[in-house]
Amino acid sequence: MKIVVCIKQVPDTTEVKLDPKTGTLIRDGIPSIINPDDKGGLEYALQLKEQYGAEVTVITMGPPQAEAVLREAFAMGADRAILLTSRKFAGADTLATSNALAGALRVLDYDLILAGRQAIDGDTAQVGPQIAEHLGIAQVSYLEDLEFDGKKTFRIKKQLEDGYQIVEVESPCLLTCLASAVKPRYMSVKGIVEAWDKEVEIWTEEKIEVSEEKLGLKGSPTKVKKAGAKEMKAAGQVHDGLSPEEAADLIIAKLKEKYII
Amino acid sequence: MDKSQYKNVFVFCEQREGKLQNVALELLGKAHDLAKDLDQQVYAMLLGHNVKNLAQELIAHGADKVLVCDDEALATYTTEPYTQAIYQIICDEKPSIVLIGATTIGRDLGPRLSARVTTGLTADCTKLEIAEDKELWSTRPAFGGNLMATIVCPDHRPQMSTVRPGVMKAMEADANRKGEIIDYTINFDREKFRVKVLETVKSTDNMVDISEAKVLVSGGRGVGTKEGFEMLGELASLLKGEVSASRACVDAGIIGHERQVGQTGKTVRPDLYLACGISGAIQHLAGMEESELIIAINKDKFAPIMSVADLGIVGDAKKIIPILTEKLKQIVK
Repeated sequence: MKIVVCIKQVPDTTEVKLDPKTGTLIRDGIPSIINPDDKGGLEYALQLKEQYGAEVTVITMGPPQAEAVLREAFAMGADRAILLTSRKFAGADTLATSNALAGALRVLDYDLILAGRQAIDGDTAQVGPQIAEHLGIAQVSYLEDLEFDGKKTFRIKKQLEDGYQIVEVESPCLLTCLASAVKPRYMSVKGIVEAWDKEVEIWTEEKIEVSEEKLGLKGSPTKVKKAGAKEMKAAGQVHDGLSPEEAADLIIAKLKEKYII
Repeated sequence: MDKSQYKNVFVFCEQREGKLQNVALELLGKAHDLAKDLDQQVYAMLLGHNVKNLAQELIAHGADKVLVCDDEALATYTTEPYTQAIYQIICDEKPSIVLIGATTIGRDLGPRLSARVTTGLTADCTKLEIAEDKELWSTRPAFGGNLMATIVCPDHRPQMSTVRPGVMKAMEADANRKGEIIDYTINFDREKFRVKVLETVKSTDNMVDISEAKVLVSGGRGVGTKEGFEMLGELASLLKGEVSASRACVDAGIIGHERQVGQTGKTVRPDLYLACGISGAIQHLAGMEESELIIAINKDKFAPIMSVADLGIVGDAKKIIPILTEKLKQIVK
């Protein structure tokens, strides 16, 4: 079985700060990690490899330094790693990103594609399903657990707001995974040593046969009109000397104002 | 692309087991505002099996037209049948805007659909508005909420956005509103249906994740008894929320650790954090100060919790909460 895991390099914290002068994001000094949901997907891939035998390929699109997350994936046990990187990919929104990744996946052979549900820096949860659409394969998102019959069929526990669903899907398919569903393994010492001997393949737009119109800024239907800091909270009001009745009314008025009720 | 051909605001009205999801009504409310600014109409897309009876409710909440797609394949949500249905509607009807609830279903459907249509999709918007040039401006939090980004989709149609439940406000239902209900036949390619739902299980266990709750009614020393927490529980369930607590109550064994807010407990960011009898040690504040709306009830006017509260009430939570609960019962069904 051939499994491809799509991963993304993200800043290690969601507490990225804004530069008060320029209003731009300060990314310097913040360590990068494999996006947690994606790492969950990688763990499932490695478990399938152990149980049934599989070749696990990891792929990421990003700047050259995104190679670091691929090395980490090697150290966890991935067999092959591909870095999609080119200026032509820059400025991509989710659709353009999915076009590039789907292009690369068409070149690769796969029975199963695993991706994270969403990335902690964007939280869109879009790229996985968009890849599945471009490839014309089935998708199941919000994966909480996975069983494989060893042949073709996956039985998936899919998270819902108020419970879960058990669904069945056949290979080839794309599944998006939750970080909370599985505890990813640590890198092994042997893996870390070997990670530096293995080759990270560098792919550009030439390798993937996707028209330039569909990539990067050009291929992005959405544009950022403006960005800025969240509006600061106004100082609150403190009320003293109210009867419990008046206090309750005041709270209800506030809940209505904020659409809580 | 000739954008002038694309008109009207379409809402995917999610139902589960024949029950409309609140987010559908909330989106209709917002769609009504947007359509007014555009001088266009609101179309509700109602997909399911034997769900036509819900159409009137959609009209009462702001839909001008309801497109009813009835098919066995739509009874329980799976990606492909729903994508095919809405894709056909988009191709036939050419909407200017399509809104989808950012539920587990909407977040599965939206991106699949946007890729099929080749258009932009803005996720989890907190604000939608029509700009002067009549384009849709969608604003969403990014980077863990530290940044707000306004996204446009200038060269593609429809403009698609998802919105989380509870963000927009539904209109008051008006049973006299008039609208048109249209049966809409979808030409399915059933060979492409490849995901089979074997069972749907509603969660019954008591494992709660307070960090997922939209509303937290949180208790501290000021309500620090089992009875006090039962009182908070009643209020929390009225507000469809959960009960949480400060460390003092957890250490005292009144409530489990999984409900503790703060540095050694959980970090929460609900829409409403109602702090009852919590003074607000810095470790507690660190775990909840990012909440959207903070209301604090405390006997001490100078308690630190008051400094982060949007609304602070100086008083005894044990006296105020029962009255608040009774009043809310009259308002919330």
